[in-house]
Amino acid sequence: MNARPAEIPYDVARIRADFPVLSTTTRGKRLAFLDSAASAQRPLAVIEAVDRYERTSHANVHRGVYQLSQKATDAFEGARERVRRFINAASLKEVIFTRGATESINLVAQSWGQRLGPSDEILITWMEHHANIVPWQMLCERTGATLKVAPINRRGELDIEAFRALLSPHTKLVAFTQVSNVLGTVLPIKDMIAAARSVGALTLLDGAQAVAHQRVDMQALGCDFYVFSSHKLYGPTGIGVLWAREAILREMPPWQGGGDMILTVRFSGTTYNELPYRFEAGTPNISGAVGLAAAMDYLDSLGIERAHTHEQRLLALATVACHSIDGLQIIGEAKEKSGVISFVVEGVHAHDLGTILDDEGVAVRTGHHCAMPLMEFFGVPATLRVSFGCYSNDEDIDQLVRALGRAREVFG
Amino acid sequence: MDLKDLYRDIILDHNRHPKNFGQLDPCDSTTHGNNPLCGDRLTLTLRLEGDRVSDIRFEGKGCAISIASASLMTEAVKGKDDLAIKHLSDLVHHMLTAHGETSAPPAELGKLAALAGVREYPARVKCASLCWHALDAALKHRANNLGETAIGCAAVSTE
Ligand SMILES: Cc1ncc(COP(=O)(O)O)c(C=O)c1O
Repeated sequence: MNARPAEIPYDVARIRADFPVLSTTTRGKRLAFLDSAASAQRPLAVIEAVDRYERTSHANVHRGVYQLSQKATDAFEGARERVRRFINAASLKEVIFTRGATESINLVAQSWGQRLGPSDEILITWMEHHANIVPWQMLCERTGATLKVAPINRRGELDIEAFRALLSPHTKLVAFTQVSNVLGTVLPIKDMIAAARSVGALTLLDGAQAVAHQRVDMQALGCDFYVFSSHKLYGPTGIGVLWAREAILREMPPWQGGGDMILTVRFSGTTYNELPYRFEAGTPNISGAVGLAAAMDYLDSLGIERAHTHEQRLLALATVACHSIDGLQIIGEAKEKSGVISFVVEGVHAHDLGTILDDEGVAVRTGHHCAMPLMEFFGVPATLRVSFGCYSNDEDIDQLVRALGRAREVFG
Repeated sequence: MDLKDLYRDIILDHNRHPKNFGQLDPCDSTTHGNNPLCGDRLTLTLRLEGDRVSDIRFEGKGCAISIASASLMTEAVKGKDDLAIKHLSDLVHHMLTAHGETSAPPAELGKLAALAGVREYPARVKCASLCWHALDAALKHRANNLGETAIGCAAVSTE
């Protein structure tokens, strides 16, 4: 890793210059993009890597004998190696490209999940994104297994004792998010993984909100499945990753059938390809993989830990600013948080607030954030959510505070 | 485009003090409208005389646009018959979705024209039209007296 020496300050102005969209205006105002948790912006390095691939290297992969096809294959497989290195996976066989975190979870539910039966249980938490709820509900419907949900407290932290109490020898899988996309809560994953293991359950970690903000290491985490999306990591949409231990993948039946996932096809029977190709039917998102690899290079050049420190400073600053606003209530005040703040403002519906902020050039997420059970727990139909990326700066927060003042003017 | 065009005083007033708020009991038809995007929910109750809406009330929670729109709608449709309501509903939908249109909405919209600012905020069209969809369902379902209208859920549930 080529992290810059620590004494050079984190130069957010220079980083912002890497992201073309940040110098655009919206409704005639400076864009304060505070929605990176929904999807992060792309740096030039990613845009150009994809462009270069499209201009010089595109053909289908794993197929042609001609040179261009070999170039595309090299680019795609090179991206796989880049991902392997980024997450420190033991082998390329463990790195499966998917459409994103959602598809990765569905892959596990539909393939690995086939082994479940009526006496089995899956445990999730109250903080999950719909992507880590619905596939398990569907699986339980198919297999008769039971879905259990570990509760949280009013600060938005997992109730670890209750979590432990829900584990039993019936628990076959524990699936949970590393960081809550709504509350920013960082979950105690070490304890959770250890507890799951002690009853013999496998663990699936949803890293969608984590990979861009902390180094993740498949050798250190101890989980069995790890999923994430490229677009929250400054890469393109339409591509993501499923990592799983090779020994587990070997035992999993194929998921989608088609080209690339087979060795031989006869009407009398088909044999399946090796890992990881067995789980990658059809022509993959080649340029997406190239873009994802470029995003990982970019993040490493910045230093992911330095970006994290910067985001934590902004989180502290914005939290203080929010506390100073009349009638504003922060939803989710866990001890350990990622760069995410959800809130509601008394007397102003989140949706109206979102529109007023938009008018002031401030882009935030409003709504249920694909976590309806969590909204219900806090008794709010919707919240506003501010989230930071490596390029967010103090000015974004100032603009947010001014815009919230404007909302007070409008709504009195 | 100014924010004040969206949040006109009349909208803010109707949000703060909605007209015809509550439920009619007994009623001849009722519907629940639900906009999962922002969690807006409203319940319409209607009294009917032939094909005329003799009384209407709404109850619910939602953003200022959805509350004001429902309040204005109840005022506008009370006493009107199916045909007149359908006509009004078409005019409202046209006004709400006429993105980029600068001319004034037709005079027959009356106070409903206060919602014209929504056309510059496509993300908010569903907030303003929820009550109209619910009303449409209530009139259609008057025979069997029921129906949950969920609008705006198809395209909005990922991030
Ligand atoms: C925690 C979490 N899990 C899963 C997802 C789903 O990611 P995607 O829509 O990219 O598949 C998201 C996206 O918001 C998320 O925040």
